[in-house]
Amino acid sequence: MKVKRIILFVTAGLFVTTTELFANEVTETLELHSQALDMIWLVLAAALVFFMQAGFAMVETGLTRAKNANNILMKNLMDFSAGALAYWAIGWAIMYGVSSAGFFGTNQFFLAGADSSLFRDWMFQVVFAATAATIVSGAMAERTKFSSYLVYSVFVSALIYPISGHWIWNCDGWLANAGFHDFAGSTVVHSVGGWIALAGAILLGARKGKYFEVAGKKQARAIPGHNMPLAALGVFILWFGWYGFNAGSTLSGTDLSIGLIAVTTTLSASAGAVASMITSWIWFKKPDPSMSLNGALAGLVGITAGCAVATPLGSIIIGLTAGILVVLSVEFIDKVLHIDDPVGAVSAHGVCGAWGTIAVGLFANTDDIKGLFYGGGFNQLGIQTLGVLSVFVWAFGIGLLLFISIRKTIGLRVSETEELQGLDIGEHGSEAYAGFQIFSTQ
Amino acid sequence: MKLIVAYIQPHKLNDVKQELFKVDVVKMSVTNALGCGQQMGYHESYRGVDIEVNLLKKIRIEIAVNKEFVKPTVDAIIKGARSGNIGDGKIFVTNLEDCIRIRSGETGNEAIG
Repeated sequence: MKVKRIILFVTAGLFVTTTELFANEVTETLELHSQALDMIWLVLAAALVFFMQAGFAMVETGLTRAKNANNILMKNLMDFSAGALAYWAIGWAIMYGVSSAGFFGTNQFFLAGADSSLFRDWMFQVVFAATAATIVSGAMAERTKFSSYLVYSVFVSALIYPISGHWIWNCDGWLANAGFHDFAGSTVVHSVGGWIALAGAILLGARKGKYFEVAGKKQARAIPGHNMPLAALGVFILWFGWYGFNAGSTLSGTDLSIGLIAVTTTLSASAGAVASMITSWIWFKKPDPSMSLNGALAGLVGITAGCAVATPLGSIIIGLTAGILVVLSVEFIDKVLHIDDPVGAVSAHGVCGAWGTIAVGLFANTDDIKGLFYGGGFNQLGIQTLGVLSVFVWAFGIGLLLFISIRKTIGLRVSETEELQGLDIGEHGSEAYAGFQIFSTQ
Repeated sequence: MKLIVAYIQPHKLNDVKQELFKVDVVKMSVTNALGCGQQMGYHESYRGVDIEVNLLKKIRIEIAVNKEFVKPTVDAIIKGARSGNIGDGKIFVTNLEDCIRIRSGETGNEAIG
């Protein structure tokens, strides 16, 4: 009896110990796997977002004239390359370093003290910084001095983008603390780019021949882009990359909202394209390809802030509104304000980014954030509007300041002769389409 | 009947067309052309290797007119295309033997107008 009891006791004891050991091992393995999933998902998503650079390059090249294609390509290559170096040296530290009163970061310059998870996070963030920087290229296309654009690229990735980014995406940022929600960067990335683009386009002035006067009234002339297939390819590439942009912003491969985010992103982009096609069909009598492409981008920019908190139906309404808004905005900026934005960057990124951010205050439907339409009252809407306005004042204001300083020192715009001949020859001494005959009558 | 052929700077096409419309000359053919004159060329470089480009992009306009339209047409082209710099272009006026409108079979002065 006694022996039996002892055996039983020992067996039970052994069982408990092994189970405990086994449990520890399982926890460790799970932890390792979840870290691995985060690593894989974020680096993969970063690569997707990086590919959006190709999308921007193609959209901008397609929507401008053949004589400036090399210049656009160089700008897109360099705003990433110069921007990435600047974001490594200064940008990351200002955005994610230890916060000084919620306004800017103060340590981790040159990624000091980085470990594998910081490398991972930097990789994911640098492609966002580059996205904000490259938006400006399109609005300032066909007339900006290349060297001036290089200077701009460094400043935007080192200072302008990281500071407003700090307010919102650093957990100690003042807007983050106020409860401002911008999941993947409608405001942080797209509006910032859009508002700097607006400042740049205003200070540069219109391309030669863009506006003419009839009986004392300024009228807009169309300067058609030279390659719509490239522009369309660019939009599809951007859309493809956006799955990394939005779904990657879960910052975790084990976050199961990735599915919802991919769905809201798809629906909003589709709704945006449909809405701007219909708007252009009614307004211009024909469904306009270039405007419909802008509409898809508008839908994507619009859903970026709320992709994780909106319902699928909500995302469709956000996209539809963005699609209509982008057409109205393009027409308003061109025909009323007479600001020359060759690719509609201010409308697609600035205006629709602001709309998407405000839309969070209307359409959010989660336990943490409830928008106006889901019984959340005006609180979130107010915070979202405050964020949109603060970022507008910051990005547009500092954009004006930066471009005025550049204009006073090294000059912002190429000479008239160079503009007529094309920036490819003037700035880069080579043409994009050697062996082709190109009409350069504008 | 005269055939007027003008080589102008590409970016002046719009101005020239507008001046021509003002004197009721609305029929013309326009083609891309390459040409070299006094303007000389410029240098491009491809991967560090120099390329001398001396054929510049020009626009060729052809207009067939009746005699009384020669002066207004030439004047309009000059007004639209002239900047005073080398490279503004040239206008050639030649006699035109005949002109036939394909659709109606009209010939000569009637076919031009």
